[in-house]
Amino acid sequence: MAKLWASPHQERSRPMAQTATTSKGMTFGEGGSALAFAALGFLSIIIAAKAYTPEYAFHAYLFAAASVASVFVIVNRYFERPAALPPLTINGKPNYNMGPVKFATIASVVWGIAGFTIGLLIALQLAFPALNFDTSWLSFGRMRPLHTSAVIFAFGGNVLIASSFYVVQRTCRARMVGDISPWFVVLGYNFFIVIAGTGYLLGITQGKEYAEPEWYADLFLTIVWVTYFLVFLGTVMRRKESHIYVANWFYLAFILTIAVLHLGNNATVPVSIFSPKSYIVWSGVQDALVQWWYGHNAVGFFLTAGFLAIMYYFIPKRAERPVYSYRLSIIHFWSLIFMYIWAGPHHLHYTALPDWAQTLGMVFSVMLWMPSWGGMINGLMTLSGAWDKLRTDPILRLMVVSVAFYGMATFEGPLMSVKAVNSLSHYTDWTIGHVHAGALGWVAYISFGCIYCLVPWLWNKKELYSMKAVSWHFWISTLGIVLYISSMWVAGILQGLMWRAYTSLGFLEYSFIETVEAMHPFYIIRALGGAFFVAGSLIMAWNVWKTIISAEAAVEEVHPAQPALVAAE
Amino acid sequence: MPAAYKFFAEFAQTWGLLYFVGVFLIVLIYALAPSRKERFDAAARMPLQED
Repeated sequence: MAKLWASPHQERSRPMAQTATTSKGMTFGEGGSALAFAALGFLSIIIAAKAYTPEYAFHAYLFAAASVASVFVIVNRYFERPAALPPLTINGKPNYNMGPVKFATIASVVWGIAGFTIGLLIALQLAFPALNFDTSWLSFGRMRPLHTSAVIFAFGGNVLIASSFYVVQRTCRARMVGDISPWFVVLGYNFFIVIAGTGYLLGITQGKEYAEPEWYADLFLTIVWVTYFLVFLGTVMRRKESHIYVANWFYLAFILTIAVLHLGNNATVPVSIFSPKSYIVWSGVQDALVQWWYGHNAVGFFLTAGFLAIMYYFIPKRAERPVYSYRLSIIHFWSLIFMYIWAGPHHLHYTALPDWAQTLGMVFSVMLWMPSWGGMINGLMTLSGAWDKLRTDPILRLMVVSVAFYGMATFEGPLMSVKAVNSLSHYTDWTIGHVHAGALGWVAYISFGCIYCLVPWLWNKKELYSMKAVSWHFWISTLGIVLYISSMWVAGILQGLMWRAYTSLGFLEYSFIETVEAMHPFYIIRALGGAFFVAGSLIMAWNVWKTIISAEAAVEEVHPAQPALVAAE
Repeated sequence: MPAAYKFFAEFAQTWGLLYFVGVFLIVLIYALAPSRKERFDAAARMPLQED
């Protein structure tokens, strides 16, 4: 298991590298990051000692422990490695760096199960409030951001980091830039997730949707994210192909825009360096507008652009067909990124936001329908000439259904952004249903397809351990999604209609608690759908694990005579 | 303050619109120019190439 992250290419490079040079020195990355971590560890211990709250001290201790561990690992790695760094190419072929990709792939599976399970718990809490267990730790208000962050940032984020590092290397035919930095991106990002998640449980939050982590976690994420951007951009600049493949454009837009959004929406001033609490520099409706400029573009660039990049690489690859229309993909890219950025105000219909800004958000949301469906058509039509594969390949089926859900969610979204529809749908469970059509149907399904493709490629296996299990995963999760979104449509519209019902005397017909009672059966159906979805993810985790530990290796193209050697590993 | 608000709102509603239409036209010309057909056909196959 110690060899879990080691790539066969790296193993092979060692003897060659040792003969090349004899003197060994620390690289700037190794020395610099070891020093930086030592300084961070020192600072963290001081903060831990003087922290205003025990929760913040706990986080400072986590930072200190992680910093000390990082220094130890970096120095230890330096002493264990050969004098020369891994070569960029071996026998004229790119020597890809897949260790960080493997880590992020496994992390995504683990976080996925955690995030889906917490989602199931809060769904059950809504149906049976006793499941709060009367502790603040497990209250809905803390578990809900834990769920959204775990599925979006932990599960989705790791899929995006893994797939982007894989795709950028393969389509640029170049080894990833950096030695320590790709590992810093992957491990640093996952450490941020731990800080964010434990913070919610302990009650540390900015109280802003998808932007809950407090200032110190935000600062750390900024460093990780800028490193991510530089590693990705550096790899693109090192490319052997003259053309930058469209998936890389989508990844770049995702990484760059998330950096800008994160900085913009977290312009906060901490109370003290010893306090976890911070205040944003603007307030009122300005704050609300910036928050939803951030929030909707987290949907547009994190949950859409990044996963469209996965679509544009993995669907052609799996279907063994070229992209249906590369020209459409270019128009798709530019129109999508230019329009999404204006759609945020539709979250603030009928608020203090100026009316023209609300209308602007609505109009851009409706216009977004066109690039969204252009992309969907491009993804689906890539299968032309290979439709028969849907019958035999459950992985391709997962990805095609995900694109279909993308089309459905991006039709529903513009519809709900229209003010008249929004007056019925806003604050109801219809919104929850819409989000999950996109999150479960589109984001999770394209991620499952991506993970199922990546695992055999990364661990050098012919195919997954069990294709039958993929089929089971597909059907059980699809059933779960259908139960989830249909129950939420009914619940949401019922709720919206009950809220606006008046009696002949002009009084509200229903009290709020009556609408809550009416939701009960639909909340149970939703929880059942969620349980199916969790079950599917457990099947995936088992399948992925069995594939990784299976002895059957893919036929090695480079060393056709030594399959037994690889298998013995 | 209301004058500044009016100025920015009107600027966004006119020149902003023209700017976006202009950018979109440039993208269309770049994507649809017949001279780039071969390049884009090759790019569409990029995921399928093996090392």
